[in-house]
Amino acid sequence: VSTRKKQIHLGAHFPGVNNTTVWSDPQAGSQTDFSSFVHFAQNAERGLMDFVFLAEGLRLREHRGLIHDLDVVGRPDTFTVLNALAAVTSHIGLAGTINTTFNEPYELAKQWASLDHLSGGRAAWNMVTTSDAFTGENFRRGGFLERSQRYERAAEVVAVTRALWNSYGEPVEHHGPQFDVSGRFPLPPGPQGHPVLIQAGDSAEGRDFAAATADAIFTLHGTLEAGQAFYADVKGRLARHGRSEQDLKVLPGVTFVLGDTDAAAQELAAHIRRQQVSPQTAIAFLEQIWGRELSSYDPDGPLPDVDPDVDNVSISRGRVRHVKDPRVVAQEWRDFSAARGGLSIREVVIEKTGRQSFIGSPRTVAAEMDLFVQGNACDGFILVPHLTPGGLDRFVSDVVPELQDLGSYRTAYPGPTLRDHLGLRHPHAVPLTPSTRQESA
Amino acid sequence: MSPFTEARMHLAVELPAAGRHPAAAAWAGLDAARLLTPAHHESLVRTAGHRGLDLVFIPDTFVADVPVLEAVAVAARVAPVVPGIGLVPTATITHTEPFHISKSIATLDIVSGGRAGWEPTVSRTPAEAALFGRKPAAPPDVLWHEAADAVEVVVRLWDSWEDDAVIRDTATGRYVDRDKLHYIDFVGEFFSVKGPSITPRPPQGHPLVAVRADEDEALPVAARWADVVRIAAPDLDAARDARERVRAAVADGGRDPDDVTVLLDVEVHLAADAHRARAELAELDTHAGAPLEPSSVRLLGTASELADLLGAVVRVGAADGVTFVPLVLPTDLNALAEQAVPLLAGRGLFRTGRSGSLRSRFGLSRPANHFAAHSTAPTTPGARS
Repeated sequence: VSTRKKQIHLGAHFPGVNNTTVWSDPQAGSQTDFSSFVHFAQNAERGLMDFVFLAEGLRLREHRGLIHDLDVVGRPDTFTVLNALAAVTSHIGLAGTINTTFNEPYELAKQWASLDHLSGGRAAWNMVTTSDAFTGENFRRGGFLERSQRYERAAEVVAVTRALWNSYGEPVEHHGPQFDVSGRFPLPPGPQGHPVLIQAGDSAEGRDFAAATADAIFTLHGTLEAGQAFYADVKGRLARHGRSEQDLKVLPGVTFVLGDTDAAAQELAAHIRRQQVSPQTAIAFLEQIWGRELSSYDPDGPLPDVDPDVDNVSISRGRVRHVKDPRVVAQEWRDFSAARGGLSIREVVIEKTGRQSFIGSPRTVAAEMDLFVQGNACDGFILVPHLTPGGLDRFVSDVVPELQDLGSYRTAYPGPTLRDHLGLRHPHAVPLTPSTRQESA
Repeated sequence: MSPFTEARMHLAVELPAAGRHPAAAAWAGLDAARLLTPAHHESLVRTAGHRGLDLVFIPDTFVADVPVLEAVAVAARVAPVVPGIGLVPTATITHTEPFHISKSIATLDIVSGGRAGWEPTVSRTPAEAALFGRKPAAPPDVLWHEAADAVEVVVRLWDSWEDDAVIRDTATGRYVDRDKLHYIDFVGEFFSVKGPSITPRPPQGHPLVAVRADEDEALPVAARWADVVRIAAPDLDAARDARERVRAAVADGGRDPDDVTVLLDVEVHLAADAHRARAELAELDTHAGAPLEPSSVRLLGTASELADLLGAVVRVGAADGVTFVPLVLPTDLNALAEQAVPLLAGRGLFRTGRSGSLRSRFGLSRPANHFAAHSTAPTTPGARS
């Protein structure tokens, strides 16, 4: 086996609060009990994965003005779970989503530095930005942030937190458009210098922000060609910021279904899609597009003849909204149904929303994943299983050895810190320099 | 009935990284880097838990002369690997978000299996305000008025999920019963919070709330919300007066004073004899460049003398228990665990072998849910049945 083959990085996303997670399966366990997180993280560590990943949204989703009740609802606090997981794991990275709009930089810097110390250098921060007044109703700050200011604020959050992380022993003085922070930071840099920074978001702004700032980008998965184009685009932006291609890992989020044979996996995948799209969920998806109450429609019947209400854009809140014109989507769905011999509402939703990324025997899935990585469509994947807590079990026992046989996956952790696993440089901790200071706007 | 005849004295210990004395680490020759390792904190809490202490307080502040890890993070890091003992981190509320604190303490309760508590406190100084740049420092009455609102929001958010909200009803496709999730709709002078929490109700319902009530402005917050009230006093008579003041305030607020445990801070530095202990404190003070004024009753001496002092605490009704405040860690904690606690147990002053949730250690039941108790929503027929 050539030692020069590009190595695959893997993150493990704890199943979250959307319909990808199948709570109705007999094997589905608690989404809240710590034992579920322990099982998941320890299994990912057995599989030598780079990190476990916890998502977070700061307001429960609503649909038609009511709390959305069809998917998993609720989860424990990200920082607290990650610190607790540090106690029961030894190597795996501990990644979490923390919002840059509803947290203050000083507090964030201390929380991330604390996790980094308490985990021996395994922390990773997935920065998300939001301009969402709906979520803001839960916070002092209130909520509204101009969409155009989201990345401005995020960039300033990063600048301030990095200045604080680097400042031990010296006072920090920061005055910028979003923040005025002055004083001393109580902690020296942790074992990996700085926590790893992950940026999620595929927009041009998001790509630039990632190229300037992040260590990894959590992106969408698509075709090999689309992945290659995205990869080339993002990596091509790095030089402008004085960074090399090794400094930013491209990690699409992917789902997978494994079977003893490819045919068995396809059968299981269809079964899981039906679990993910219950009759009630099919109607809820339809209502999101149509902007109307459609509860009288039969999920096993045809799509509505009535057109979407394009003015009612806020029927579903607390999740990423469709940006396409709903009338166009509705017509696409009707055409799709007709072309396939008259698919029902539920069948259309099953086909049009989120088919699994990799389906097959462990060998097939390993080979396809390797194709994406060796073909420079990505540097690895963030795996999103559909079951809590055992959704990774078979991947670890059956796919990881196949990846190792291909020579594309580690057989031991390369070091103690997450930066070691990801092949990232440890930032040299330096005192705050004048160039990182910002004058008042 | 006096509670003191039952030998139900509660014992807590405050565990900053190096001890209360600012020169503790330097004097003890403790490597500063060691103070930031998980092994150090795990070892401290394990020592305290091994002798059956009820809880550890983990202090926190945004301004300090020594490195300070976030207290909730330390508690969470320790929780899965140190059984039994209660974990009560400080989380300040003046510049932080009640929504985040509520879910982080609820989650500490989850990862510790019902052993979480919370000590809310305020940030007083301009230096702390400057770290956030959102608002100036405020006087105590304003700070504690805001704290009252923050504690209310945190507790209401714990209740914003009823215990049986998750139903996983495949017949109707519903994961939760949304009638059992509640907007808290808190609107106050300082902030508004809509709710519900993103985290389900914690195992204890309400993790233990501990409030320091040394200043008058804090007393109303303690009286309304505290399960444990921390006091400091120069001597036992002053402590008894402070305890009576707390109990009267609790009663005035319509709660049963016996539901609130008053813990007196006792600074300790233990040595082979009192002379030696005093000499070591003098060395510590020299290291620090200034004497450390006592923050409360202070015992410099032997484990036996400490046991005598605690006997007197019980005899005069100075408190329902004490919080040991070691001046030097880990040495004072080790001496407490190996010598003092067994002595106290031997004298019948401390009941070992308590177990279960942190609330149950303090004789507290699982609280009713504010929203369930107030709910008048009719059950929807059909799908709900």
